[in-house]
Amino acid sequence: MADATLFRTCPDTGLPVHLPAQRLIKANAVAGVLALALGGLQGLMVALTRWPDLQLLPAEAFYTMLTGHGLNVLLFWIIFFEVAILYFASAILLKSRLAAPNLAWVGFVLMAVGALTTNYAVFQGDSSVMFTSYVPMRASPLFYLGIILFAVGALIGCFIFFATLVIAKDEKTYEGSIPLVTFGALTAAIIAVFTIASGAIILIPTLLWSLDLIPEIDPLLYKVIWWAMGHSSQQINVSAHVAVWYCIAAMVLGAKPLSEKVSRMAFLMYILFLQIASAHHLLVEPGISSNWKIFNTSYALYLAVVGSMIHGLSVPGAVEAAQRRRGFTRGAFEWLRKAPWGNPAFAGMFTSLVYFGFLGGISGVVMGAEQLNLIMHNTLYVPGHFHATVVAGTTLAFMAITYLVVPLIWRREIMFPTLAKWQPYIFGLGAAGISLFMMGAGTLGVSRRHWDINFTDAALSFSYPDTAFLMMALNGLSGLLAAIGGVMFVVIVVSSILFGKKRGDDAAETNPVIGVGGGQAVASYGSEGTLKLPGTMILVGVFFIAFFLYYWVNWKYLSEVWPLS
Amino acid sequence: MRERNIRSSAETGSGSGGTGDEPVPFMQRLLDNHWLLLLLGVAIPAVLYVIWGVMEVAQIPLAQ
Repeated sequence: MADATLFRTCPDTGLPVHLPAQRLIKANAVAGVLALALGGLQGLMVALTRWPDLQLLPAEAFYTMLTGHGLNVLLFWIIFFEVAILYFASAILLKSRLAAPNLAWVGFVLMAVGALTTNYAVFQGDSSVMFTSYVPMRASPLFYLGIILFAVGALIGCFIFFATLVIAKDEKTYEGSIPLVTFGALTAAIIAVFTIASGAIILIPTLLWSLDLIPEIDPLLYKVIWWAMGHSSQQINVSAHVAVWYCIAAMVLGAKPLSEKVSRMAFLMYILFLQIASAHHLLVEPGISSNWKIFNTSYALYLAVVGSMIHGLSVPGAVEAAQRRRGFTRGAFEWLRKAPWGNPAFAGMFTSLVYFGFLGGISGVVMGAEQLNLIMHNTLYVPGHFHATVVAGTTLAFMAITYLVVPLIWRREIMFPTLAKWQPYIFGLGAAGISLFMMGAGTLGVSRRHWDINFTDAALSFSYPDTAFLMMALNGLSGLLAAIGGVMFVVIVVSSILFGKKRGDDAAETNPVIGVGGGQAVASYGSEGTLKLPGTMILVGVFFIAFFLYYWVNWKYLSEVWPLS
Repeated sequence: MRERNIRSSAETGSGSGGTGDEPVPFMQRLLDNHWLLLLLGVAIPAVLYVIWGVMEVAQIPLAQ
């Protein structure tokens, strides 16, 4: 039974907050932001090196930074923050105590030690094997050990989440079904368990191989299993940031999903089918049958894509329905024009949704088609795609919710509010630019992993079209813009936590961060129950036209580079 | 009739199990069973992607 002295009541949401859970949310969020700061700096150096006129770093340093960048932002930032989301979505939203807080701290320490160990190995310079760490490239044993420790810690976090669901149900802290945001977090936790198990299956033998205890690891076997971790870890992000979209829409506008049942079915599609999208990384591997490749991408993956499309309708639809309830009913788009664009939480959420759908979603489906994959496989198109999903999508969404977490969990006002208003736009534009220009360069054939697109020391000369060089320069400029947005975020958040004005109990009235009914909407099961959403339907129509045109253009392009007669 | 009751349950925020006597639909029971979802979410990709993929690799003949 919960000890009432371990709870406080949030003056903004009215929800009871379990203090041990609050401390863990803070610790995981801070660790995540530190990883983002380091990984973002490394990413800037990578972008400036890929800018052919600058080529900031020498080759060895480039690969060291690229390795650190991938690990710090794709694993450490994201998963630390996701553990914070799991604790928030279980203990706080279900009004429950967190299961086994001491064990949760053990998990946090393991994650922190693991992240530090892997970073230490990377900065030693003998583990520049990049995020994928394909064998037979061999890193220091500490590199693999750090990732394994981090994964074990994250797995503990997942099971703390599951155990908290059990406690909440047993102690009847909620009635009926869990709220949608918690269901989204559940989806992320389930995918995380599959991801971490896959990582353990391949990284433990690889650690033993790096210690010379195992003679060899089959490279193709490694790739198959590693991608079950490497790509699925990004599917945790998708589930978590979709949950964050619903969460922000609910908290800021009191928006409920159009149909809770349909949105939960969309999450079910993720649980069952999203992980197998990993197969698109292996679409050109010889030795694996087309049956496996096509089933796991062009058939079953589309079921998960349907889930994303449902969320793509439901989230803006929920916003439109909530805005119309508030009286913004003129024309198709008054609800959108008069949305709270000056609120960084809302602005970050909505732009993340647009970038993720238009850039990350469409390009992901194109890459998942075996034939189309041939024209962009292992080019810069691939990082272009996942910068749209993970940076413009997940990272921007996580930044957005941080603008709610700081006042609600830390009880501090956001410092530099004008800077905060601009931050999501600047970071989002930079991230979208990185994605677009990398995808453009990749379409022109620029290699995904090569330090020097001039191939200056190659025995046989080769040059990309001039447009590719322009794309790489624009990618560098976009990287600078994203870095400025990233620095703004870190400065705002760290300053607010350390020096921000304390948020008193009356702040819920004088400076509200939660919309009317926001606390109730986010923590309960319920639907808007309407489809009278003309604006959202037009937006969805635009999306489908863009989707169709881009898909068609790529088939046209394929027919030109691969003529059949 | 049952559909109307489910809708009513959702709109009042009570979700499954909140309306007493009405039978809870199969899909809602599935979605409320977190451990079954965990099993499905691990087993399906494990079979379709990992095990099938490893079998594909294992069947490649060794070079002589």
